[in-house]
Amino acid sequence: MPPRTFIDAIRETLADEMRRDPTVIVLGEDVGKKGGVFRATDGLWAEFGDDRVIDTPLTESMIVGTSIGAALNGLRPVCEIQFADFIFPAFNQIVSEAARMRYRSNNGYGVPMTIRAPYGGGVHGALYHSQSVEAFFTHVPGLKVVVPSTPHDARGLLRSSIRDPDPVLFFEHKKMYRSVRGDVPDTDYTVPLGKAAITHPGTQVTVVAYGLMAHYALEAADRVAEDGISAEVVDLRTLRPLDTETLLDSVRKTGKCLIVYEDNRFGGYGAEVAAIVAEEAFDYLDGPVTRIAGPEVPGVPYNHVLEEWFMVNPEKIAEGIRTLAAY
Amino acid sequence: MASAPPQIDRETQLRMYRIMVDCRTFEERAQELFFEGLVRGTTHLGIGQEAVAAGVAAAMRNDDYTFCTYRGHNHTLARGVPMAPIFAELFGRATGLMGGKGGSMHLTSVKHGAMGSYAIVGAHLPIALGAAWSAQYRKSGQVAVCFFGDGTTNIGAFHEALNMAAVWKAPVVFFCENNQYMEYTPIREVTAVEHPAADRAAAYGLDSILVDGNDVEVVHRVAKTAIDRARAGDGPSLIEAVTYRHGGHSRADPGKYRPDDEVAAWKARDPVPAYRQQLLAQGVGETELEAIDGDAREAVAAAEAEARPAPEPAADVLETQVWTDGGSAWRN
Ligand SMILES: Cc1ncc(C[n+]2csc(CCOP(=O)(O)OP(=O)(O)O)c2C)c(N)n1
Ligand SMILES: [Mg+2]
Repeated sequence: MPPRTFIDAIRETLADEMRRDPTVIVLGEDVGKKGGVFRATDGLWAEFGDDRVIDTPLTESMIVGTSIGAALNGLRPVCEIQFADFIFPAFNQIVSEAARMRYRSNNGYGVPMTIRAPYGGGVHGALYHSQSVEAFFTHVPGLKVVVPSTPHDARGLLRSSIRDPDPVLFFEHKKMYRSVRGDVPDTDYTVPLGKAAITHPGTQVTVVAYGLMAHYALEAADRVAEDGISAEVVDLRTLRPLDTETLLDSVRKTGKCLIVYEDNRFGGYGAEVAAIVAEEAFDYLDGPVTRIAGPEVPGVPYNHVLEEWFMVNPEKIAEGIRTLAAY
Repeated sequence: MASAPPQIDRETQLRMYRIMVDCRTFEERAQELFFEGLVRGTTHLGIGQEAVAAGVAAAMRNDDYTFCTYRGHNHTLARGVPMAPIFAELFGRATGLMGGKGGSMHLTSVKHGAMGSYAIVGAHLPIALGAAWSAQYRKSGQVAVCFFGDGTTNIGAFHEALNMAAVWKAPVVFFCENNQYMEYTPIREVTAVEHPAADRAAAYGLDSILVDGNDVEVVHRVAKTAIDRARAGDGPSLIEAVTYRHGGHSRADPGKYRPDDEVAAWKARDPVPAYRQQLLAQGVGETELEAIDGDAREAVAAAEAEARPAPEPAADVLETQVWTDGGSAWRN
């Protein structure tokens, strides 16, 4: 198979899963005839029809709420939230309901639902089309949170998410949709949830990242290699459940940990990673656990100078690695 | 036999025409500048929907509030916000309405009562209601007008706000611009009733009001009645004005999902030339209208010329204006 873009991988996986399993249904705003605003569901309506590819009204709480009900009762809904910024009307359904169904029923039923949402900045989306929302959900027991960074992983993780018996939030960085390409095997492989990947082996500094930042971390690792610094990049891939084994093994080896995320820093997902590293690898640490993340402003601004300043980039990460390596 | 509606005075007529022409001229230029790369991100144009913005604004008091959506250029201009800072905001300049932080989708000018263009669909209906409630409490006599699309009538916030507005008899006018599409999806395919706003009014004890959104005088009359009612303490209104956007939902959308004959039929009912014809028929001189058209062109050109060379914001502006002291501190 020729290299696929990130969005090709998602679209083809949705189609494959729908062919494989008639209980998989897709719903969301403009996902049917239009094929989604990013065209992630293009062709599905033509192939599977109105019963399985549903153009919903504009109401995220209804999209997720009905998906929960359908999931309790034999279907595997895959909902699309058009932009992650619009997920909050559904927050109550996700956090109060989906996350607790299995627990409250004492494992009587569960919610095999996947919620896909494009997130992230760097595309001039401005204040309401650029947000990173993962931290709101990684906080919640009962939810799984997946953030793939390559077409290969997008395919393997989306398969696992759809087949998973519990609710999964699947966040896709919109800047990667068409800019990231990669080889994708033409097999029914899966990438298991809860497994990180070492995407760049190294010895001196562990760089923990996910999504678009996993790419930038690789670029940064290449840059610092020119200065003779050996960085190891851990692409988390799943944020909850977290693969602490891969994370801690790496930090115990390098003794230094830099966590990178695009979201604003305070209370972000990286804070949890930092706490776990501090608690469980303290004896091995040879420098402060450090974070490179977004600034403390409540949205990504429109002007490109401001947006570039907001965004973490390979150079900022490389700087962080150099500082930590020199520590 | 229904009596003829009261004549709208000439000054108001010309003001409405001017607003419509300003909006049209501004947005056509904004679109061109988009393709020149001067405007980034996306824009949502209201070309074809100007009669709503003009007709309602001309019925508002200066200190009334407008709450609108990302499709908000027209409503912002109609409140008298100058064009240069709007252009500058579209270009992301330091002199923009919000210093370049917001762009096209989030125009706000508090001092003009333009209380924001909201991009989270539905969010601004309860907010507009709250502003109206405050006016009621403060006995300020202000009215809040909230514009939204047909698609918005299916989200919970619409129903939540309408119920409370009716209970409170709040001075708020909910104005649905039914352009018949929720982005790419025809509204009728996802809505239980034919008229997404008007048919729901009864659920909140309100009159069902359905008007032609392409006739600025019809819009003006219905808005004036609703605003006067609200100001008099007689409670909220829900108005549905049927209209059409000539272009796609946003910059990226050529709008091809709409049947050609439908688009052609609505373009033939373009509110701007239609009003021009109407005014001519009522005896307004061609030269007077030409002068207005020319003034609008000059105003748009002058605003663009002012906004273009303005500087970009300095990068550290990013971390300003989170708090009232202008900063963004996260620790003491
Ligand atoms: C809560 C939320 N969900 C989804 C979107 C994406 N979205 C933006 S505009 C739009 C359609 C709105 O249609 P309508 O209310 O008719 O307004 P129009 O664009 O036609 O003016 C959608 C789905 C959003 N901005 N906010
Ligand atoms: Mg609409």
